[in-house]
Amino acid sequence: MIKLENLTKAFDTPGGTVIAADRVNMDVADGEICVLLGPSGCGKTTTLKMINRLVEPTSGKIYIEGKDTDQYDPVELRRTIGYVIQQIGLFPNMTVEENVCVVPKLLGWDLARARQRASELLATINLDPAIFLKRYPKELSGGQQQRVGVARALAADPPVLLMDEPFGAIDPINREVIQDEFLKMHRRLKKTVMFVSHDIDEAVKMADKIAIFRAGKLEQFDSPDNILAHPASAFIADFVGTDRTLKRLRLVKVGDTMHPQSPRVTVDEPVERAVALMYEHGQEFIVVVDADGRPHGYVDLAAARDRAGPVAEHRTALPATVRLDDDLRAAVSTMFMHDVRWLACVDRDGAFAGFITQPGITRMLGETYRALGSAPH
Amino acid sequence: METLRFILANLPAIGQRTVEHVSIVGVAVGLAIVTGVPIGIAITQNKRAADIVLYIAAMIMTIPSIALFGVMIPVLSLVGQGIGYVPAVIAVLLYSQLPIIRNTYTAISNIDPALREAARGMGMSSLERLRQVEIPLAVPVIMAGVRIAVVINIGITAIATYIGAGGLGAFISRGISQTDSRQLVTGAIAVSLLAIVADYGLLWVQHRLTPVGIRTARPWTRRRGLVRTAPA
Repeated sequence: MIKLENLTKAFDTPGGTVIAADRVNMDVADGEICVLLGPSGCGKTTTLKMINRLVEPTSGKIYIEGKDTDQYDPVELRRTIGYVIQQIGLFPNMTVEENVCVVPKLLGWDLARARQRASELLATINLDPAIFLKRYPKELSGGQQQRVGVARALAADPPVLLMDEPFGAIDPINREVIQDEFLKMHRRLKKTVMFVSHDIDEAVKMADKIAIFRAGKLEQFDSPDNILAHPASAFIADFVGTDRTLKRLRLVKVGDTMHPQSPRVTVDEPVERAVALMYEHGQEFIVVVDADGRPHGYVDLAAARDRAGPVAEHRTALPATVRLDDDLRAAVSTMFMHDVRWLACVDRDGAFAGFITQPGITRMLGETYRALGSAPH
Repeated sequence: METLRFILANLPAIGQRTVEHVSIVGVAVGLAIVTGVPIGIAITQNKRAADIVLYIAAMIMTIPSIALFGVMIPVLSLVGQGIGYVPAVIAVLLYSQLPIIRNTYTAISNIDPALREAARGMGMSSLERLRQVEIPLAVPVIMAGVRIAVVINIGITAIATYIGAGGLGAFISRGISQTDSRQLVTGAIAVSLLAIVADYGLLWVQHRLTPVGIRTARPWTRRRGLVRTAPA
């Protein structure tokens, strides 16, 4: 989809020639989010801006959908590529609607169609068109402005979206919300996204692929999990942080680590059956569920052995549960918070689905360390 | 009291002189906008050119008006226009260049680079960028330059009467030569009033021309109005 071939940019400065990007080679597949990551001055923004020719490459080629971008007039090219910047850059003299309609108008769409499109886009970014279309940028909060910025970039339905630290200027709470919204939108729209960031956590969260730059060179280009599990150099290991294993927890969902066929007992079964099941599965606990399959506490082997009566009399309340679509970081955090070694997992309807254990998570994280080069998700 | 009587008795003449005055300033500043704004925009492309142009414009500003009129007489005599309306308009045109060029230049160069980058990144050509983003945002500052030019030149035009261009300066010059304080005061008051009225009138025009999205409270009310902001 986007292919960079030996892309190089040299700037002439009074202090001599500076190589901002040095023979960068990358191949980003259709519908992927690729995050360009690195410390400031590493060439990530220059590389991004060469794609829409805001910066003219010194040498090398850029292909979008297999077409050499040198064949296009830069102005025409940019109209087919969405562009979002950190400062947002909504035109203050235009309403939200006019801002979103800029590129469709440049492309010669008729006004009715452009307006229709603006209205649809506003609805997708959770801003009520009836309220926001006629507002001016100064009447919006920062988060709303950045949403409009993204809508504006998507207005002419470009296959490629370039984003230069798009969420960098938004406060941490809103940033998480907007990132989640963007991911949700991306799953539906399937644009190919190039995304500059200096925040490893943001990269791990957003990216299908991460490209780490250092002094103009592309140091590693791989899936987030592989970069965290197998940093290619000491620089990258340092950059992603000593807590990189913990960061990988974000990449895995509870549902992928759970023991699937977990035994269970219902509240009215005899406790002897619970003990028998625990012996059968080699477990020291068993989850108790009600008639609808919702977890209602657990029975501990030590406490239930040689006892009689219904399970309900011997159960202990569950300290917490996790949902299948939570990531492992949330699960581990919950475990630490309640000082437990396992957690019951529930599905969307609140029904018991299985459990995860600390050793299970450790094993999961170890797998990619052993299976070099494989992407586990 | 005498002055007041003089004014009342000469209202038609004052009216005619005012029309002359306004026509000189209006035509000259109009032409100055047509020339100065493009020059101001053009020089944003080149720092060196900007320095030279602004320097020349500032130099013109320092020439005393009476001297400028004097210099123009022999030059324009070649085309038979040594005195009268034409040299007056040319002088005002020249004096208007500095405020208009400098304000245009400042306004365009001070536009947030992020807006320029967004416009470029979305695929606007330089002309589209100027027309849709840069000029609309520069309008308030350009108009402020126009207002300065108008107010300065209403004063300067009062002197143009000495080269036969008419205008409200006629009352003043005659008041001086005839030691007639009534005419002198009439001319002075009329020129001042015209300058004040023109300034406020143009302030209103400036407000109307400013894009709604960057308008602040009406400037002439001198009250800090509430700017509507988004709910948190």
